[in-house]
Amino acid sequence: MSLIEKHAIFEKNSIVLLVGILIMVAIGGLVEIVPLFYLKSTIEKVEGVRPYSPLELAGRNIYLREGCYLCHSQMIRPMRDEIERYGHFSLAAESMYDHPFQWGSKRNGPDLARVGNKYSDKWHVEHLINPRSVVPDSIMPGYPFLAKTELDARHLADVVKTNALVGVPYTEDQIANVAVDLAAQKNPDDKNADAFLKRYPKAVVRDFTGQPGKVTELDALVAYLQVLGTMVDFSLYDDKANVR
Amino acid sequence: MAQQELDHLSGQTTTGHEWDGLKELNTPLPKWWLWVFYACIVWSIGYFFVYPSWPLISGYTQGMFGAQIRSTAIADYENGIKARVANAAGLADAPLDKIKATPGYLEFAMANGKAAFGDNCAPCHGSGATGGPGYPSLQDDDWLWGGKLEDVYQTIRYGIRSGNPQARDSAMPAFGKDGILTKDQISQVADYVVSLSDPAAKGPGVDAGKTVFADNCASCHGEDGKGGLDFGAPNLTDKIWLYGAGKAAIVAQVSEPKHGVMPAWEGRLDPITVKSLAVYIHSLGGGK
Repeated sequence: MSLIEKHAIFEKNSIVLLVGILIMVAIGGLVEIVPLFYLKSTIEKVEGVRPYSPLELAGRNIYLREGCYLCHSQMIRPMRDEIERYGHFSLAAESMYDHPFQWGSKRNGPDLARVGNKYSDKWHVEHLINPRSVVPDSIMPGYPFLAKTELDARHLADVVKTNALVGVPYTEDQIANVAVDLAAQKNPDDKNADAFLKRYPKAVVRDFTGQPGKVTELDALVAYLQVLGTMVDFSLYDDKANVR
Repeated sequence: MAQQELDHLSGQTTTGHEWDGLKELNTPLPKWWLWVFYACIVWSIGYFFVYPSWPLISGYTQGMFGAQIRSTAIADYENGIKARVANAAGLADAPLDKIKATPGYLEFAMANGKAAFGDNCAPCHGSGATGGPGYPSLQDDDWLWGGKLEDVYQTIRYGIRSGNPQARDSAMPAFGKDGILTKDQISQVADYVVSLSDPAAKGPGVDAGKTVFADNCASCHGEDGKGGLDFGAPNLTDKIWLYGAGKAAIVAQVSEPKHGVMPAWEGRLDPITVKSLAVYIHSLGGGK
């Protein structure tokens, strides 16, 4: 009886079959997944990428809460048409502090991976309140309530800690100053604005929505949108250096 | 192999497997399917050699031609520009005047600028470049920061109040909010400003407003109110209003001015596209 005839063992014993399936799938999975943890081309570190500031992180949570990812992707594919429309293709490192990442493949709306600095704050405010006011053909729903809702930041420190727990390198200093940094990023006259910029280099400090004195959900969301894709300076980034 | 057993009812052979007296018919896969399957296996072997496929200890198999989706994409992108214009290499360095004067360059810049405008500029300035409240029309000859080709190019490259060190920047004082002028004075100066573009309008404060204007506004907007390109100060004597016409809108703007922000496009768009946009926008009707 040749080996090939022994399949009866698998067919007649479900546990043996189950273990057999497990072993086969594990081999396939390990070959595909394990190299991603050590291959240099997949763990490329890129200068400029920093953890989100508290205001940006709060905005990210609103982005998730409102389901923006259902219509917007955040990954520019390395293809000519994508580069021409959206800019340099996305790097893995640009979403290294996203938990979970927002790459996506559903594009009812445009890709947002590099929407930061593409439009003015005023445009974002008008567009989020009523998209048709600036883009007549838009099919995006309006989110006017974001401008009226003050940001609930009670749990923001916990959100930062949770991100630190899953590997985002927030420092002790950053974790201790979540509330301070939240207020400082919205107000250029804040006495902590300089300390904030030390903790989050190259972050933008300004009144995103022109409602001084209070931090609304719209402030957070606009701050998040305005940082997307802006952390890496592509005039310094060497495309060839990381092609391996 | 064991002797194959024939099922009398169907005339087919059975697999020899028996479950509680039931036997399974041996129905082979269609021949065409089987051959496609074998062909796929052969194809995959070729694929292993031609394309990057197997992970190794410190790298991966590179494939025969070193295919790399990143470098391919960049090459495609660069070839795309080359394919659209003869001698594209010269376009990046060509001065704007030369682009306008060289037939091959000009057509490319216009087509490229039009496409880039739709992708990048239309969300604010409108798909027809006619602007909207707070976003200037690019179709008219009323320019805030200058309508010459070089001016338009400068604005696109570095933006307005964009945070770029070379951005065009200015801020009108908040005359009302910061208490520089009283409510009455603002009302008077607004009457005067209305009268600049509409001589028939004789608000009660026109005469007093003229003095207020000379003392507070003329340094940027000019003594005649025709504006100043150095500060992005709008011409107040025409009927084009960025934040709305009429006294109420002027009072609002003097009390607590809104300031438009335009992003910087250098670095975000490639140099050829930025130049194309300048040429395209300059051609729209208002270019000086």
